[in-house]
Amino acid sequence: MEFTAEHEQFRKVVRSFIETEINPYVDQWEEDRIFPAHELFPKLAAIGAFGLEYDEEYGGQGADHSYTLVFAEELGYTTHCAGVPMAIAVQANMATPSLHRFGSHDLKMKYLKPAMEGEMVCSVAISEPDAGSDVAGIRTRAVRDGDDWVINGRKMWITNGTQADWICLLARTSDEGGFQGMSQIIVPTDTPGFSVGRKIEKMGNHSSDTAELVFEDVRVPVTNTIGEIGTGFQQQMMQFQDERLVGSYMAAMGARRALERTIEYLRMREAFGKPLLANQYLQYNLAELIAEVDMLIVYNREAARRFANGENVTREATIAKLKVGKLARQVADAVVQYHGGMGYAEENWPARYLRDVRLIAIGGGADEVMLRILSLLEGMGKK
Amino acid sequence: MKIAVCVKQVPDTWAEKKLTDADRTLDRESADGVMNELDEYAVEEALLLTEASGGEVVAVSMGPDKAEETVRKALQMGADSGIHIVDDSLHGSDAIATSLVLSKVLADKGFDLIIFGSESTDARMSVVPAMVAERLGVPQMTFANKVEVAGETLKIQRQTEYGYDEVESSTPAVVSVVEKINEPRYPSFKGIMAAKKKPIETVTVADAGVDAGQVGLAAAWSQVDQFSERPPKAAGVKIEDDGSGGVKIAEYLSEQKFI
Repeated sequence: MEFTAEHEQFRKVVRSFIETEINPYVDQWEEDRIFPAHELFPKLAAIGAFGLEYDEEYGGQGADHSYTLVFAEELGYTTHCAGVPMAIAVQANMATPSLHRFGSHDLKMKYLKPAMEGEMVCSVAISEPDAGSDVAGIRTRAVRDGDDWVINGRKMWITNGTQADWICLLARTSDEGGFQGMSQIIVPTDTPGFSVGRKIEKMGNHSSDTAELVFEDVRVPVTNTIGEIGTGFQQQMMQFQDERLVGSYMAAMGARRALERTIEYLRMREAFGKPLLANQYLQYNLAELIAEVDMLIVYNREAARRFANGENVTREATIAKLKVGKLARQVADAVVQYHGGMGYAEENWPARYLRDVRLIAIGGGADEVMLRILSLLEGMGKK
Repeated sequence: MKIAVCVKQVPDTWAEKKLTDADRTLDRESADGVMNELDEYAVEEALLLTEASGGEVVAVSMGPDKAEETVRKALQMGADSGIHIVDDSLHGSDAIATSLVLSKVLADKGFDLIIFGSESTDARMSVVPAMVAERLGVPQMTFANKVEVAGETLKIQRQTEYGYDEVESSTPAVVSVVEKINEPRYPSFKGIMAAKKKPIETVTVADAGVDAGQVGLAAAWSQVDQFSERPPKAAGVKIEDDGSGGVKIAEYLSEQKFI
C-alpha cells in the first residue's frame, strides 16, 4: 500500500480530531460505561470518517480502502482506549458493509445515509445467548406475514446496543437449517416489541456499551431485507471480512503505540541508579515484540492492498485477526509487567490496555474460529 | 464578499522552539510546521461569512517553500484559492517588512475584508494586522470576538480585558480575530481531496513590487544580538507550615507581584 500526501494529511486530521474530541473524555466515558455516540458521530461524519468507501449518494466519501486503513490505524494508534474505536468501527465497517453492498436504494437512503452522516447510530446483531461462534446455530426467527417480517428472538454482545437507532440483524427466515435460510434485516429500534434486555458489564472496553437485545413480535417490512432473502449468512461472512481487517488494523497500531509509550516510561523511570531502559533484558524483549508488531502492520497493509484490488482476502483477514489477537495479549502482558505496580494501578493506561485487548481474540470471530477457517482453507478438516 | 485570510506557518505549538546559531532566526527544521492556531479561527470566520452570504475566500501566506502546506490547509478547510509569497530575500523579515509585502500583495485586489489571527504563537507581537491596515489606509478592526457585515458596514465586538467594545466601520477593512470567535472546523476527507485541485499562486518580492532591499534580515529594524537556551526548570519554593504558612504564601505571591 502506497501512502500519498493526501493519506498523510487525512491521518493528521484524524489524529488531531482524536486528541481534541475523544481523548480528553475517555476517562469519563470509561467510568460512565458508555460514550455519547449521538454527539460524537456527527462530528466524525463532518471529517468524513464514516463511509469512506461508500458511494457519495449514500453519505459516503467515494474513497478506496486505503483510507479505511489509514483511519483505522490512527484510531488504534492515538485513542486512549479500545472501546470508542470499536464502537466507531461498528458503525463504519461492521454493521454497514452489507447494506452498502447489497441493500436496495430506498433502504440505503433511509438507513445508510443518516448513519454515515452521523445522525443515526447502528449495531450488528449475530450472536445469541446460545450461539456465538456457531453462527449457523442461531435461532432468532423472522416469519413472513404478508409484506412484513415478524421477528422473535434474543441477540447478545451487541456493541452500541443501548443507543442504536437501527440493527443489522441476522435471522432465520426459513427452515432449511445450517448455513441456509438466513437473511439480514434492518430493524429500527423504535419498532414495537424491540427492547434492550440488559446492558452487559464487561471486563474491558468500558466506554463502549454492550447489550442483550430482545425481539418480541417485532414487525418490520420485508423490504427491510438486505439483498436476497435467504443469503444472509453468506452476506454476513463477507461483512466479517471488513470487520476482521479493520479490527486488525486498529489493534496492530494500538500495540505499536503501547510499546512506544512503555519505552518512553522506561527511559524516564530510574532503578538501581540508571533508567530502567538501560536494562538489556527489557530492550531485547521490547525489540522482539516490536519486530512481531511490525510484521503484522506490513501484513495488514498488504492485505488492505489486495482487498482494495478486489481480491478475495478471506485468508488474509483470518490470519491477521488471529495473529493480532494473540500478539496484543503478549504486548499487554509485557507492558503491564514493565510498568510494575504503576501498570497494575487503575489510574494508569496499561491496566486498561490489558483489559481492552483481551477482547480481540474473542469478538468478531474467536481465535478458534479463525483457526478452523484457516484449516479449511488449507484443505484440512471438514465443513 | 471577497475575503483574504492571512495564515502563517509556525513551529508546532507544543514543540521546543529554537533559533539557529548561524543568523539567530527561527530554526524551522527543529519542529514540525503547523498553521498558527489563531489563523485557523480567521479561516473559519472567513468561511462562515462567505457560507452565509456568498463570496470567495483567498488564503495568503508569506513564508518559505514549506509554508505552502499551511496555504493548502486553508484550502482543505474550504478556502477557494491561495497566494504563497515565497522568496529567499524574505528570510529574517521583521513585522514591518512583512506588513509591507502583505499590503502590496493584498492591495487593489478588491478584498472587502482581510482577516488575520490576532497573533502568532512564535513571534506573538500582534502588530502585523494593524500595520497592514495602516499601509492600506483602511480601518483596523482588531481583536474581534464577533464579526457582522451588512452591506458596506462592518460591526465587530472587540475583546477587551473587562468585556468587549462594539466597533463599527466601513469596508474594506482589516480584521483580527481572537479565539472566542468560533470553533474552527477540521479539514474533511472531501476537503483534502478538493484542495488538490485548488490553485495556489506563487508570488515573489519582485512580483509584489517590493524592492528586495526593504525586506529580509538586513533590513529588519530589530535584531537579535544574542540568545540563550531556556534555563532548566528550577525547584520551586517550599513553605513549611508552622502556623504562618498562609502569611508566607501571601508574602511570596506579593514578592512575585501576583497579588
